[in-house]
Amino acid sequence: MTCLPQKTDRKLGLVIDLDTCVGCQACVTNCKEWNTGGHMAPLTDVQPFGPGADGVWFNRVHTYEVATPDGDSRTLHFPRSCLHCEDAACVTVCPTGASYKRAADGIVLVNEDKCIGCKLCSWACPYGAREYDATEGVMKKCTLCVDRIYNENLDEEDRVPACVLTCPTGARHFGDLGDPDSAVSQLAVQRGGKDLLPEMGYRPTNKYLPQRAKADHQTGAGPLAPLDETAGATGVLAWVDRMLTRAG
Amino acid sequence: MHPAASVILFTTASGAGYGVLVLSPILLAFGILPADRWLGVALLAPALCLVTAGLLASTFHLGHPERAWRALSQWRSSWLSREGIMAIVTYGPAAAFGYAWIGLETASGGWAWTGIATATAAAATLFTTAMIYRSLKPIPAWATDWTIAGYLILGLLTGLIVITTVSSSFGFHPVRFQWLALALVVCAAIVKNAYWSRLAGTCRETEAMSGAAVGSDDGAITSIEWPHTEENYVLKEMGFRVARKHADRLRRATRNLLFVAPAIVFVVMPSLLPMPYLAWIAWPGAALVLVGVVLERWLFFAEARHVVTLYYGAS
Repeated sequence: MTCLPQKTDRKLGLVIDLDTCVGCQACVTNCKEWNTGGHMAPLTDVQPFGPGADGVWFNRVHTYEVATPDGDSRTLHFPRSCLHCEDAACVTVCPTGASYKRAADGIVLVNEDKCIGCKLCSWACPYGAREYDATEGVMKKCTLCVDRIYNENLDEEDRVPACVLTCPTGARHFGDLGDPDSAVSQLAVQRGGKDLLPEMGYRPTNKYLPQRAKADHQTGAGPLAPLDETAGATGVLAWVDRMLTRAG
Repeated sequence: MHPAASVILFTTASGAGYGVLVLSPILLAFGILPADRWLGVALLAPALCLVTAGLLASTFHLGHPERAWRALSQWRSSWLSREGIMAIVTYGPAAAFGYAWIGLETASGGWAWTGIATATAAAATLFTTAMIYRSLKPIPAWATDWTIAGYLILGLLTGLIVITTVSSSFGFHPVRFQWLALALVVCAAIVKNAYWSRLAGTCRETEAMSGAAVGSDDGAITSIEWPHTEENYVLKEMGFRVARKHADRLRRATRNLLFVAPAIVFVVMPSLLPMPYLAWIAWPGAALVLVGVVLERWLFFAEARHVVTLYYGAS
């Protein structure tokens, strides 16, 4: 049934810290590694080593330059994956009932046995989260590692999405965003977690934590000033510096 | 958006077919078309062929066409599902209407209801097709009622061109066809111009969302590295970029083929030419209009910018 649940018991999702992410692509790689054998397997690759390499991935990391109005700029690494929206139009447009949002935890999934591969759900997603598998003829998407997070064959600390588990900088956090007391909800509140493209009205579950402000000495117009090796020297070192400068 | 040939063929062919199914019962009811058996065959057969060919074409781009029947199940939420159901439902009254026209040569009395039902169901099918596109918020170019108006008016216009061309070959061309053609051409031109003049604004609105797309309001966002070296599915399907460069020239061609050509061939010429010659120019005239509507539909897809292109720094 492609009508959305009125309310989900939990809202499982990710909180992604754009300040900590270094764009290392580890989450991308581990996502592919796990999911190519997981619920939506396989994540087919076409011509992986040739020209026109293509394939299905659930997680993509972009890199941007953000130029601030005062002439400063900084690098932004931006991981992009399914946000498991509350108003998920990818589900409601599905004509077959293959796409659905689970009432228990809010995860948006595709039943590959019902999917006719019309691709309309990918048109309905502003975030580009769904990728079509031309080899299998069905649409594929992030499952929030539904086959990990409830998997009793794994140690408890490993029952998190593959991208979260592997992130070397701890930029990805998994939890229940429907519970205001959960660690992820608290983190999102503390750091001003944002919805992507709120204009679209999809009410994404995943939140993105904006980059922190730069330290004062790092901001300002143009490139940073070169380090002056002796600036700020005090006491004996300052006296030596003065003597040597005079001698020079 | 990637302009898939199957979807363009589907929407234009079935649009013209449903246009015939909307207009011919009305023209018959008002006595503008005669309840002649062979005219009925010559109009309803191509209409049903266009509709059926269009529906079949729409399954060509599916990954699993053999599962297409499943698409009828989610009418509660999905306009695509509603369209599939309406398309199939329309065959019912159309068959009864065809029986009355072709079998009984009548459209009056109780049989008039089959015509009303056919016209209503065909118009509803056109509407559901338009709503598939109208309801997609990530494609701001389409998220306007002008999209609905465009699908309806172009379905009616191409349907009328089919009716006029066929009936003039039967030696039959009432002056009211000209007035109807004039009204539809003018409405179609107004609707498409309104759609196109709104389009540039939607592109600017989309660009203004580049910060919101990545959760940053710190400043101007420039894409410096894609997550992949080659085009992926998202870019191939939703990052089509050729048409916008040539948009002005292609729109001019569309206007000439879709509005100017029928105005000359189906509005002006019938007053100047005696009947047998009219049939001769109607066929090439109709061909121009059909090329025009295919071009219009190609532009409808190719010009529409999906919000996801923001992630790739497209402007």
